[in-house]
Amino acid sequence: MVEQAGAERGVAGPEAGAAGAAGAAGAAGAAGAVLEVRGLRTQLGGAARPVTVVDGIDLRIAPGETLALLGESGCGKSMTALSLMRLLPLGGRIVAGSVCLGGHELLSLPEREMRMLRGGRMAMIFQEPQTSLNPVMRIGAQVAEAVRVHEDMDRTRASAWVADRVQELLRAVGIPDPERRAEDYPHQLSGGMKQRVMIAIALAGNPRLLIADEPTTALDVTIQAQVLQLLKRVQRDTGMAVLLITHDLGVVAETAERLAVMYAGQIVEQASCAEFFAAPAHPYSRKLLESLPTAAKRGGQLAMIPGRVPALDQSFAGCRFAPRCDRVLESCATTEPDWQAVSQDQQVRCLLWRAGPSSGVAAASAQAADVAQPGETAMAPAPASALAPKLGAEPLLRTEGLKVWFPIRRGLFKRVVGHVRAVDGVDLTLNAGETLALVGESGCGKTTAGKGLLRLEQPTGGRVTYGGQDLAQLAPARMRRLRKDLQIIFQDPFASMNPRMLIGDIVGEGLQALGIERQAARRRERVAALLERVGIGAEAMTRYPHEFSGGQRQRICIARALAVEPRVIVCDEPTSALDVSVQAQILNLLKSLQQDFGISYLFITHNIAVVSYLAQQVAVMYLGRLVEQGPVADILGNPRHPYTQALLSAVPSIDPDSGREQVRLSGDMPSPAQPPSGCYFHPRCPVARPECAQAYPEAVHLDAQHQVNCLPEIVGA
Amino acid sequence: MRIPAVRGGAHRPQGFQHDPLLLLAVAILALWLLASLSAPWMGLQPNQIDLPRILAPPNAQLWLGADDLGRPVLDRVLMGAGTALAVGLGVVLVSAIGGALIGGFAALGGGLWDRLMVRLIDVFLAFPGILLAIALAGILGPGLGNLVIALAAVGWVGYARLARAQVLSLRSREHVLAARALGVGSGRILLRHLLPLAAAPLMVEATFGMAAAVISEAGLSFLGLGVQPPDASWGSMIRDGVGVLLVAPHLVLAPGIALLLVVLAVNRVGDAWRDYLDVRSRAD
Repeated sequence: MVEQAGAERGVAGPEAGAAGAAGAAGAAGAAGAVLEVRGLRTQLGGAARPVTVVDGIDLRIAPGETLALLGESGCGKSMTALSLMRLLPLGGRIVAGSVCLGGHELLSLPEREMRMLRGGRMAMIFQEPQTSLNPVMRIGAQVAEAVRVHEDMDRTRASAWVADRVQELLRAVGIPDPERRAEDYPHQLSGGMKQRVMIAIALAGNPRLLIADEPTTALDVTIQAQVLQLLKRVQRDTGMAVLLITHDLGVVAETAERLAVMYAGQIVEQASCAEFFAAPAHPYSRKLLESLPTAAKRGGQLAMIPGRVPALDQSFAGCRFAPRCDRVLESCATTEPDWQAVSQDQQVRCLLWRAGPSSGVAAASAQAADVAQPGETAMAPAPASALAPKLGAEPLLRTEGLKVWFPIRRGLFKRVVGHVRAVDGVDLTLNAGETLALVGESGCGKTTAGKGLLRLEQPTGGRVTYGGQDLAQLAPARMRRLRKDLQIIFQDPFASMNPRMLIGDIVGEGLQALGIERQAARRRERVAALLERVGIGAEAMTRYPHEFSGGQRQRICIARALAVEPRVIVCDEPTSALDVSVQAQILNLLKSLQQDFGISYLFITHNIAVVSYLAQQVAVMYLGRLVEQGPVADILGNPRHPYTQALLSAVPSIDPDSGREQVRLSGDMPSPAQPPSGCYFHPRCPVARPECAQAYPEAVHLDAQHQVNCLPEIVGA
Repeated sequence: MRIPAVRGGAHRPQGFQHDPLLLLAVAILALWLLASLSAPWMGLQPNQIDLPRILAPPNAQLWLGADDLGRPVLDRVLMGAGTALAVGLGVVLVSAIGGALIGGFAALGGGLWDRLMVRLIDVFLAFPGILLAIALAGILGPGLGNLVIALAAVGWVGYARLARAQVLSLRSREHVLAARALGVGSGRILLRHLLPLAAAPLMVEATFGMAAAVISEAGLSFLGLGVQPPDASWGSMIRDGVGVLLVAPHLVLAPGIALLLVVLAVNRVGDAWRDYLDVRSRAD
């Protein structure tokens, strides 16, 4: 009953805010909302123990507006979208609430009419364009199918008209040469192109509302920038409303006018983007923003949210975030918070704001002071510089011309017809106690470079010098002994542990295999100490990997790597499968381990924010080669290579007045099996010259550390 | 974002409480096991020749009658169960373990070694298996041990091929790379990180292999290459009964039906196990 009342009262709050935002967006006003959701409640699972994945959601989107639904995995944002489309998985059901599209109630519509609405007045695009398209149908036919379903037309003139409409749609989503592309199958298109086709299909019915569920999460940043730009343009041209579901605060800041933050099945804050990013009101929102890694937080620890998202199969008495909240009041555990207005454009579901806006501001500023303090104290000694190598000191690990090629075999006799040049001549230098970030988009060879360096892939050419020895040429037995010093942490914490082994055996495996600690009892002690160090607790030793969450598993993987006391750890996208708040925990752990043990990291990532927080040196990779490398401040602050500039400007930023120059790349990365002539980047380069197609440019040394593989005239050296 | 799986949606294999056929199969297997393990201590007289009751039909004293030497058929069927189990288990254990190791190392080693092993497997597959087993049994001479060797020499290829395919798909998993980065040796990687994950399909294969081994044992014994007289085996009992099939059909029927039931039961349980392990047919 408490919940019911909360939902009832909740309606008044966001409505006022929505009207304000709609007015600001120059739309028709309160009466003309495209979508209005009240008290939506969705359950999954059996009636005996239902899981309430969406619990009393109120939303309102005006024409031409973009509302972002923001939340971490498992908070119910995708379920909200599926509820709106009435496309819930088996066992899912909407138990309460109303969904109005343009004034018509959707929840009471018969399925037949609902089917006409889907893809018509409301359309949806999904995260994985790969699996959303039918692989055995030409894309033109797939778009045409959507056109035919949603247009009433005279059958005699239909086919010519449909073909025209397909061309028009493909052209509208920026597919070059649509007449020819319409004949392609999905596998002939890149991920970004497939997502464009998905958008074309969604646009076929002239939707008034487009629901985009993580539309760019599976794409690279430069492609993400293209797709988001396209969505904005289409929205401007057609005036449709967009419900953008995402976990990426940067994407929200760059594309949405308003946002709603979801936590454990409820919306906890609604605000205009400007207000939200200036001053988030809910403690959860605030923690999310603080846990984002940035250059400014380099000296200190990132904010963490303790504990885990509560299971949704229980009934809640008070605030759902209370057990994890650091501003928790006594009443939070027992009183369901209702909507409180912070300002005209910002509402929050938090008891801190109950006594009026001033009370919340006071609490917020108190918290801000708390957070700033450790950051400042840590900033003073500047650990990065303390750990910096003395000039002239021998680097710990160095690669020269590292190459990893994979043969392409064809035909009956499996002759080698070519090579995929995954890594094609890479020079890296890793100093003791430092972090070198290897940055690039997917397919650029950064992961293969990391594996080649550890000889998990046999290098095709080049040298890897560690401790005066060339790892690439070392005999297997001697390489095995050196493995103690060189460890790796993988991206997917679910695949990187043997599901049939106990945690204790997993972490202790290196100690046993390398004969570092032969006695089982002593090994157990060391494993217990390691697990404590990474914040898991020794009692985990007798449990199996599946009992742990993604973040916990990643800590266990870190403990496994640490066990053999390595000097270098290759971190292969260790946080990209994790939520922002969990990512912060892992980054904090990695940073503190580096300070305690002086470990060097080769940090492979596509996430520039993580680089700016963690790395001292950065190397940017494109199509198997380095294009630019140098200290982090130079690369991120003063990128000279056109690719680095484009990559950095494509990263969505939550800083509204970053004032960056937008460099948008066209096209996709070429195949590493047939790299372009000359500079690999020249076909996409905005400042390419004729001579760029002739030869791969030599490295230009801008100063002692910063070097760029580009023409001196372009980089201005 | 992952959408939580929903219970009760897709088809789920039934538990064996709801499947009478499966229940029957399990019961037959239990009976087979019980018979083979307890037969030596039941005071049976499988080799007791009693000429007055030659070819006696089933009656109150001799439930399954007597054979052409007056030996009790029931006692001999029970003793034959033990022979079938010993050969079945022996063949499956030897060929599964050997095959999994050979196939696993082939996939893990790669290169020339892998190509050689694949050719060898192809050669074995191209041979009619039972003929090869007959030839081997003929060369090695009759006897239970030699029978197991002959059948395992034919049977390992299936496991080797399966293990190789499994290891090929598992060997690039990150936990295997992590183990290599920790300096774990190839043998240990195969035994600890690869084969345990490939064990489920291998064990399903093994149940079918068990049924095939029982049949093959009967076949070889029928040809006189298996268990030697006077020891009882279902195959040799059928051979002995063939000559008097029209006079005393119970000599062939009793071991024949026992063989049929055991093989059907093993296959049914193997099927059920495979369905159970097949994640695609399960909603959760």
